[in-house]
Amino acid sequence: MALKRKGNITRINGNMVTVAFKGFVVQNEVAYIIHGEERLKSEIIRVRGKNAEMQVYESTSGLNVGEEVELTGELLSVELGPGLLGQIFDGLQNPLPQLAEQCGFFLKRGIYLEALPDEAKWDFTASAKKGNKVRAADKLGFVQEKIFKHFIMVPFGLEGALEVLSIVENGKYNLKEPIAKLKDLNGNIHEAYLEQSWPVKIPIRAYSEKLKPQEPLVTKMRLIDSLFPVARGGTYCIPGPFGAGKTVLQQLTSQHAEVDIVIIAACGERAGEVVETLRTFPEISDPKTGKPLIDRTVIICNTSSMPVAARESSVYTAVTIAEYYRQMGLNVLLLADSTSRWAQAMREMSGRLEEIPGEEAFPAYLESRIASFYERAGVVKLHDGSTGSVTIGGTVSPAGGNFEEPVTQGTLKVVGAFHGLSRERSDARRYPAIDPLLSWSKYKSFIDESHVKRGHDILLKSHNVSQMMKVIGEEGTSLSDYVDYLKGEFFDFVYLQQNAFDEVDQATTSERQIYIFNFIYNILEAEFDFEDKNKALHFFQKLGQQFRGLNSAKWKDKEFEKIEKEISSLL
Amino acid sequence: MNKVYTDIIQIAGDVITVEAEGVAYMDIAEITTRFGVSIAQVIQLNGKRVSLQVFAGSRGISTGDKVRFLGRPMRVASGDNLLGRIFNGSGMPLDKGPVLSENLIDIGGPPVNPSKRIIPNKMIRTGIPMIDVFNSLVVSQKLPIFSIAGEPYNELLARVAIQAEVDIIILGGMGLKNDDYLFFRDTLEEHGALSRSIFFIHTAADPTVECLLVPDISLAVAENFALQNKRVLVLLTDMTNFSDSLKEIAITMEQVPSNRGYPGDLYSQLAARYEKAVDFDTAGSITILAATTMPGDDVTHPVPDNTGYITEGQFYLKNKVIEPFGSLSRLKQQVNGKTRDDHRTIMDMMIQLFASYRETLEKQAMGFQMSPWDKKLLQYGTRFEKDMMSLEVNIPLEKALDLGWEIMATCFTPEETGIKPSMIKKYWPKNGKD
Repeated sequence: MALKRKGNITRINGNMVTVAFKGFVVQNEVAYIIHGEERLKSEIIRVRGKNAEMQVYESTSGLNVGEEVELTGELLSVELGPGLLGQIFDGLQNPLPQLAEQCGFFLKRGIYLEALPDEAKWDFTASAKKGNKVRAADKLGFVQEKIFKHFIMVPFGLEGALEVLSIVENGKYNLKEPIAKLKDLNGNIHEAYLEQSWPVKIPIRAYSEKLKPQEPLVTKMRLIDSLFPVARGGTYCIPGPFGAGKTVLQQLTSQHAEVDIVIIAACGERAGEVVETLRTFPEISDPKTGKPLIDRTVIICNTSSMPVAARESSVYTAVTIAEYYRQMGLNVLLLADSTSRWAQAMREMSGRLEEIPGEEAFPAYLESRIASFYERAGVVKLHDGSTGSVTIGGTVSPAGGNFEEPVTQGTLKVVGAFHGLSRERSDARRYPAIDPLLSWSKYKSFIDESHVKRGHDILLKSHNVSQMMKVIGEEGTSLSDYVDYLKGEFFDFVYLQQNAFDEVDQATTSERQIYIFNFIYNILEAEFDFEDKNKALHFFQKLGQQFRGLNSAKWKDKEFEKIEKEISSLL
Repeated sequence: MNKVYTDIIQIAGDVITVEAEGVAYMDIAEITTRFGVSIAQVIQLNGKRVSLQVFAGSRGISTGDKVRFLGRPMRVASGDNLLGRIFNGSGMPLDKGPVLSENLIDIGGPPVNPSKRIIPNKMIRTGIPMIDVFNSLVVSQKLPIFSIAGEPYNELLARVAIQAEVDIIILGGMGLKNDDYLFFRDTLEEHGALSRSIFFIHTAADPTVECLLVPDISLAVAENFALQNKRVLVLLTDMTNFSDSLKEIAITMEQVPSNRGYPGDLYSQLAARYEKAVDFDTAGSITILAATTMPGDDVTHPVPDNTGYITEGQFYLKNKVIEPFGSLSRLKQQVNGKTRDDHRTIMDMMIQLFASYRETLEKQAMGFQMSPWDKKLLQYGTRFEKDMMSLEVNIPLEKALDLGWEIMATCFTPEETGIKPSMIKKYWPKNGKD
């Protein structure tokens, strides 16, 4: 083994440390600052002559000029293998519960634990045989992880065709025992384990092709699924001012979305919100499998008071884990809350590097970083013909709630759906506060396109009439305009708004959405003959109240059918 | 054996640069000038050049003055001896008591491991209906009061402090007017709360940067008590002054400003303080109530804006009342289901009716005709403002809920409130309309 490359600290400015090195350095390699007993993880982010600048993933207080730095030559990587599901990691993949066991209440710096415990034994069933020709990401066998068949794959980094020289018999193995020997075209021999590692900032590309996202991803939020759908393998963003309900929306999505695995990246947000997920998910059961939700969830949590540089890497850690499960043919949803904090972490670093600032002091490469992050989403066809997907949904926290800022704008350019939250809607307690007049989606809904368009039209018409009414009053509005206004409000009230605290109403299946949407569509299309505005108002109020009752009734049970009959008799 | 240096090579703003060796990042130093001794903290190391922010300001510092590095980060004394005492922003006594130096703890310690936090579940009763009924305050919550200068935010903080059932009250004052400081002291004393309070006071007359330490010192002491199973309430007023000091230092250090001159890490800086609010899994808790004045009543100003994204809700103080719209306690759902079964109903319906009242007021202002329904709303709104919203009102939660029913019953019939029949049957006053 080569001598360890070393350097010494020459400058400290916040979490940026400059190191004078001998020999060579690798851009983005991981380095450790040796501070007494502590080893602080850092990453080289710029090289100038014989000085390299590093971002330190820990607090830098107490460091001295002259202290030694060890260069590792490895890029920042995550461990991928069985045992990820149900875990809570920080941005560098340290398991937080285990850290708490070791260090107590506080996050002591310089302590790095194994993401996946090496000793844990897994029951491995081989599927590849000696002599088989394989390539990177081909399946060698599987272990059972919670409810999933967790496939053990040929390391993603190996190139060309490989021959399986040997593979172990079925049985229990830990993560450090080799399970197969592979020979590449040059005759080099590689070992495969139950786990492998992968650099977070490089997408996993071991698939045969990327497909167009077409199949809808059902979130069970009516406003999203019916009007602004998200596709499996697609991307969407949720910008909104504080207090508009971004996080509640993400939490509901993480519970109800019809996907196999959910990765939650809590990036620079409140610790309290993570705690809620962390403490409630083990108790909520997944309606699809009956198992606790935590069993299909991985939480990457780098909350706002944790070191900033690790916040920058946390979204990459999350997306790499998402890609890993995608390689097994699973549908993965990555929820990043909030991408603005990630962008701010880049801004802080850029400022310390004294780079020329772009708009609002964000670095010039902000947009390309955002774009390349969202581009890691997609549906892919794997070598064995099966498909897997990564869907990315990111919240954006624009300064002052103003969408004309760099992060929102940079994100809107690259995503397939935009769910814009508005202060007006949340102040009026209309939840989810996604503004239907502002939002858009490029994906197809499971509801008939022309019907969806009609829904949009009536909302717009209703909005225009209500604006007009503010000026000329109710008296000056014609009856037909007034009825259109009431139809729009009715549609909003009973379909777009959804009560997150009602057990039934908080999640609507696609079957039920199609049924109810058609029901409402017929009402929106119907011509009514009212004597006066008061009668019209009264009619729609009553109808609205009945529909709310219908929304809280279980799908197709007695109560549901009873209310449905009552509504039909009203019409 | 602390090293002493006398080579101050640069003085810019409140930052001085000195040539020294063996100095650790964030360590503190004492600078002896002819005006006295001031504390300074290392904020940048570049080879031998050490930059320090001087908390007492750089005025009067001579290039020949002595800088003595203490070889340790900023520390503060902790423990029961602090109770009832008043200190300045660097932890020096402002009262006539002795300097404390036992149980020293580092300030600005590491963040809490999220897996050692619990979901907040205990309500803090304040006797203010606009808080207790509509936006309940919860143990371990971090909540700012957004207001403009001249609003009684300090009075509100003091009221919550004396009525809240907590073990220890810590006041961190930043840029506090002397009158306000005396007001806090006298009010707490009057209500017998001074003996369980600790003050860290930076007044408006002190050098600006000295207030930078106030939140850290207050929270470090609070954390120490919380770890000993104490419930601590920390009052920080005013965080806008703290942010302005951050801005001042950042500009002096020639950092690229991001928004209206504030540094790009304003969010992280504020979050590092607010996130100290915690309910420990097997120990006490810290609740933070802060005042944030909004320059020009502009909530999109970087300070309130960043704060809103960090805290768990906010109270808007406007025209001397807590404005029901915009004010929000994100944690109220954790506690208001366990108080009385009509709590949520009263909370939702009274606010919806109040929203209708505001619309009616607008209609009235524009000269539209008032319908009978409008007139009822006007009657309701006036009573709501007088008996619920006014900060003069001081009643326990249950009384406030009863009052809510009483107000609704004098103004509306049960159907008009939209409250479900089972609730009406249980709570609608016998002598109300029907």
